[in-house]
Amino acid sequence: MFPEIVDTRPLRRAVDDGLNWVVRHWGDGFEAAARPLLILLNAIEGLLVATPWWLIIAILVGGAWLATRNWRLPAIVLVAMLFLGIMSLWRDAMTTMALMISATLTAIVLAIPVGVWMSRSLKVRQIFTPVLDLMQTLPSFVYLIPTVMIFGPGKIPALIATIVYAAPPLVRLTDLGLRSVDPAVMEASRAFGTSARQRLFGVQIPLALPTILAGINQTTMMALAMVVIASMIGAGGLGYQVLQGIGRLEVSRGLFAGLGIVVLAIVFDRITQAFGKQLQSRIGLQEAR
Amino acid sequence: MSDMTPNPDLAIRMSGVTKIFGPDPQGALALLRSGRSKSEVQSETNHVVGLDDVSLDIARGQIFVVMGLSGSGKSTLIRHVNRLIDPTAGEIVVEGTDVLKMSLPELRGFRRNTVAMVFQKFGLLPHRSVIDNVAYGLEVKGVPKAERLEKAAGWIETVGLAGYEQSRPRQLSGGQQQRVGLARALALDTDIILMDEAFSALDPLIRSGMQDQLIELQKSLGKTILFITHDFDEALKIADRIAVLKDGAVQQVGKPQDIVLKPANEHIEEFVREVNKARAIQVRTIMERGEFDPCDQSVPDTARCEDVLPLFAENQWVGVVNDSGRQIGRITAKQVIKALARYSASTMN
Repeated sequence: MFPEIVDTRPLRRAVDDGLNWVVRHWGDGFEAAARPLLILLNAIEGLLVATPWWLIIAILVGGAWLATRNWRLPAIVLVAMLFLGIMSLWRDAMTTMALMISATLTAIVLAIPVGVWMSRSLKVRQIFTPVLDLMQTLPSFVYLIPTVMIFGPGKIPALIATIVYAAPPLVRLTDLGLRSVDPAVMEASRAFGTSARQRLFGVQIPLALPTILAGINQTTMMALAMVVIASMIGAGGLGYQVLQGIGRLEVSRGLFAGLGIVVLAIVFDRITQAFGKQLQSRIGLQEAR
Repeated sequence: MSDMTPNPDLAIRMSGVTKIFGPDPQGALALLRSGRSKSEVQSETNHVVGLDDVSLDIARGQIFVVMGLSGSGKSTLIRHVNRLIDPTAGEIVVEGTDVLKMSLPELRGFRRNTVAMVFQKFGLLPHRSVIDNVAYGLEVKGVPKAERLEKAAGWIETVGLAGYEQSRPRQLSGGQQQRVGLARALALDTDIILMDEAFSALDPLIRSGMQDQLIELQKSLGKTILFITHDFDEALKIADRIAVLKDGAVQQVGKPQDIVLKPANEHIEEFVREVNKARAIQVRTIMERGEFDPCDQSVPDTARCEDVLPLFAENQWVGVVNDSGRQIGRITAKQVIKALARYSASTMN
């Protein structure tokens, strides 16, 4: 066995005591700070539940048609959504969709500015890259437990855990997209006397948009991958059905709810990807010269 | 420096411009100043000397061509004029203003109002239509939409792309794309246009057409054009003056025929050997001056040998007239052939 060189018990105790201290003194503050997240999540869920099922199907099918101008993807989306309804998973699917959408929206608001910042400074990139690596590789339970201690079980820690897990690819792809804009175009823009702002919004972001959209696609997929874990701490939705199915050894319940998550993933993946492709061909990056 | 008094006829004046690439350019510059050669500096310090003490005076309203092979520093040189690259040492005065003393906002204003640029790789915005690309500089300047689109449409017409306003750059051929690049620069209505190997990426036939168009535009608009090329023939065709650059240093500056007839060194002679001399030699340098009977055909005294050659098919000799149209001399086929043969022979030895 590896010899004990230093006694790490004080360190462990300090971490535990520190967390307890934070929970006792700052718990309310954190909860207040996270309230907007809860409001966002509840608003989206309320909207999705209040909207009639046929309208939601119509919107998604319409989106699929706009993205591809082809009947295939809309047909797949229609079948997928009907499956959710027929298997009486509709209500849970809406809860899961609300979690995914609010996590994705929050991730967009946080990740894109960070990506922009990283793309402009090597130092910032050097600081953020290991943080992103940590966010993606640290087992989610490790940060789930402190968040539950601070916020109590419920939707907020579930949402925060989902965001932590799902945001890094969007940060990375925003950074990459902005940095890989053709230097010749950037130089031309500079030669015409543009300010840094004009270059960012007029040249870099429009040209990086397909890459950023790929990041958003990744974020939605990773948010869906977190729903089962999120449901363990009170997120509800399809993940909770899976959890119950496992707990009660009801294979059918777990299987169909699990397929429901897959179905949602397919619908959102294909629609966002198709929009990305459309955008790419509109910008003209697709034809490699 | 006393010779830096602003000269109103000069559009661009560079003096002693040196650019060294690397982490410690000042240290490498000190070495270079202490008398080391460029290659010594490069091998000792791992710094690259891009430009070495370049001084150029570029008069207003002419096409000034900087000619050099790849790696000669010509693209670095042109980027100093609008400070896309900052020099390590030296002074750059454009239209009487010291470019290096400009603050960032002043520099932006200078790029918007005084110098426009055309690029070898076009640098068009792929997500915008042709007309929005041409209007880009005006948009950056804050010109209202209706006005800038109207101006842009006018320039698109001038460069011969009418009908393509709503196309995307990728739908156009290389030549058409560079016309968009040219229109975009012209739309800013600056006195100076920088052209970095603007026609080098184009097919020979299209390139020749663009050169003709550029000469015509320059005549009608009277702009100062700083043109970079690696093609000596192109330089001879469009230039009022040529500077030859090698390894970051200016080898010779002069009128095209001066460079062809009196190459300053071995390096330039190598270029001249390959060149079409009929294009470089002006009729007036080899004609017979004096009173002659009026001739059936005549050419202006600025004409080049290649312009008179076809006339000899029908005529023994051709008259040469000055600006006011008076005949000041004549030229015979023999004289032209002699001139071409002599300059060829002298460079052969």
